[in-house]
Amino acid sequence: MSEVVYDEVVRARAPWSHVVHTGETLRIIDVGGNQAVDCVLFDAHDPTERYSAPDTVVAQGNVFLVPGTTLMTITGSAVDRHDTIGGACSKESNALRYGFHTVAQHACVENFLHEMGLHGLGARDLQSNINWFMNVPVDPDGTLGIVDGISAPGLWVDVRAERDVLVVVSNCPQVNNPCNGFDPTPVRMVITR
Amino acid sequence: MAGTVVAAMPTLPSRTATHLPDGVDPAGVLWDEVVAPGGYTSLVVPAGARLRLTDVDGDACAGLLLHRADRPAERLNVADTVKIQWQAYLGPGSLLLSGQGRVLAAIVDDTSARHDAFCGTSTKAANAARYGDGAADGPCPNGRDHMALALAKHGLGRADVAPGIDLFKGAPVGPDGSIGWDGDVRPGTHVELRAELPLIVTVVDVPHPMDPRPDYTVTALRVTAWRGAPAAEDDRVRTATPEATRAYLATEREAGR
Repeated sequence: MSEVVYDEVVRARAPWSHVVHTGETLRIIDVGGNQAVDCVLFDAHDPTERYSAPDTVVAQGNVFLVPGTTLMTITGSAVDRHDTIGGACSKESNALRYGFHTVAQHACVENFLHEMGLHGLGARDLQSNINWFMNVPVDPDGTLGIVDGISAPGLWVDVRAERDVLVVVSNCPQVNNPCNGFDPTPVRMVITR
Repeated sequence: MAGTVVAAMPTLPSRTATHLPDGVDPAGVLWDEVVAPGGYTSLVVPAGARLRLTDVDGDACAGLLLHRADRPAERLNVADTVKIQWQAYLGPGSLLLSGQGRVLAAIVDDTSARHDAFCGTSTKAANAARYGDGAADGPCPNGRDHMALALAKHGLGRADVAPGIDLFKGAPVGPDGSIGWDGDVRPGTHVELRAELPLIVTVVDVPHPMDPRPDYTVTALRVTAWRGAPAAEDDRVRTATPEATRAYLATEREAGR
C-alpha cells in the first residue's frame, strides 16, 4: 500500500510547484472536469535539464503524450489525451488570438514566471510545456484546434518521478476558449511513495 | 591558404555574391554563405532584411532559431506560432511569432512548403544511438549542441536553445497523433523570410530527428540575406487575418514604427 506524502488542492487559476522525489508518483486530479493543467518540469538538482516537448514527441513518435519518458513517466491515466504542442496561454498570445481587450486577464505564463521565479528560474528557462487534460488534435491539412476537452470530474493522470523533479504547474485561467470549459476549476495534487 | 575556395564557406564581401534571386541588388546583400552538411551558422540581421534559405541539393534540413537581437530573451515560440495561426504546417504567408505576441519574421516566399514545427533538432544522445556518434566534433554532429555553440558566440547559453522549426523536411501528424516523416530529395527549393525586428538568426543543417535513414544524410544549405523594408501597412501577410494584424500592431509599437 502506498503512503500519501502530500495532498493539496490548487485553487482555480493559481500556480503551484513542488519537488517530487525519485520513485514518488504525482497524481493530478481534474476535480471539476475539463480543466487544463499547464506544466513544466525541471531536474530538481540541475534545472538546465528541463522538459522538452520536441524530444518527447520524437522519442514517442506521437504528439499526444503517452507513457514512457525520462524526467517523469506517465504510469497511468484516466484521460486519453494530454497535449504538448499547444503551449501555455499568455497575456500576449491572448491579445493576438482574442483582441487587445484581453490583456488584463490572468494567464498561464504569468503563473509560470511567478512560480519559477521562486526557484530562481526566469523567462529564458520557460521553454516548452505539457497541458494535462487538454485536447489539441492536428487535422490532415495541419489545422490545429483546441477543442472541448475529454476530461471529466474526478479523472486523473499519474506521473512517476524518475529522478528528483521540480514540477511547476499553472492551473489554467483561460476563459476565451473551451480548454477549461470556460470555467476554471481547482485541481488536486496527491503525491504517494 | 588565403584565397582557398571550398564548397561550404561565406562569400565576402557580401556584395560579391553571385547566387542572388532576380532583382536583388548586390550592394544590399548582407550575408551569403553555404553551410556545410552537418554544420551551422548564425548572424544578426536588421529589421526588414530578407533571408533566403535554399536547399541546394535537395536533402538539407534547416533547423532555425530566431532571437531578438536587441533583447534575446524574446525568441521564436513554436507553440504560439502554430496555436495563434491555428496551423501546424508552416508555409507561404506564415508568421514566426515570439512568446511575447510579436512577429519576428514572416515567410514571404516558399517553394518547399514542407516544414516541421514539432520535432525540434537532434541531440547528442539521439545521434549517438542512431549513428554511433553525436558529438559536435565527430562525424555526425547534433543540432542542439550546434545551436548552443552558435548562441554562445552571442553571449547566450543553453537556456536560450528553445524548440525551433525544421525547414525542408516535414513531419505530418496522423489521426492518432503519430508523427511521420516527409523528406524525399527535392533540389533547389527555397524559403524566404522577412525579418520584422532585428534578429539573431541561427541555422543548423543536420538530419531531421525523425529521418529514418540509417546513415547521417544531409546536403548543403545556402543562406542569403539582403536589405529590405519591414511589412508595409497594406502588406498581404500583415492584413491576412485579424490575428496577424494584431501581431503586427504589437510589433510596430515595439519597433517605434
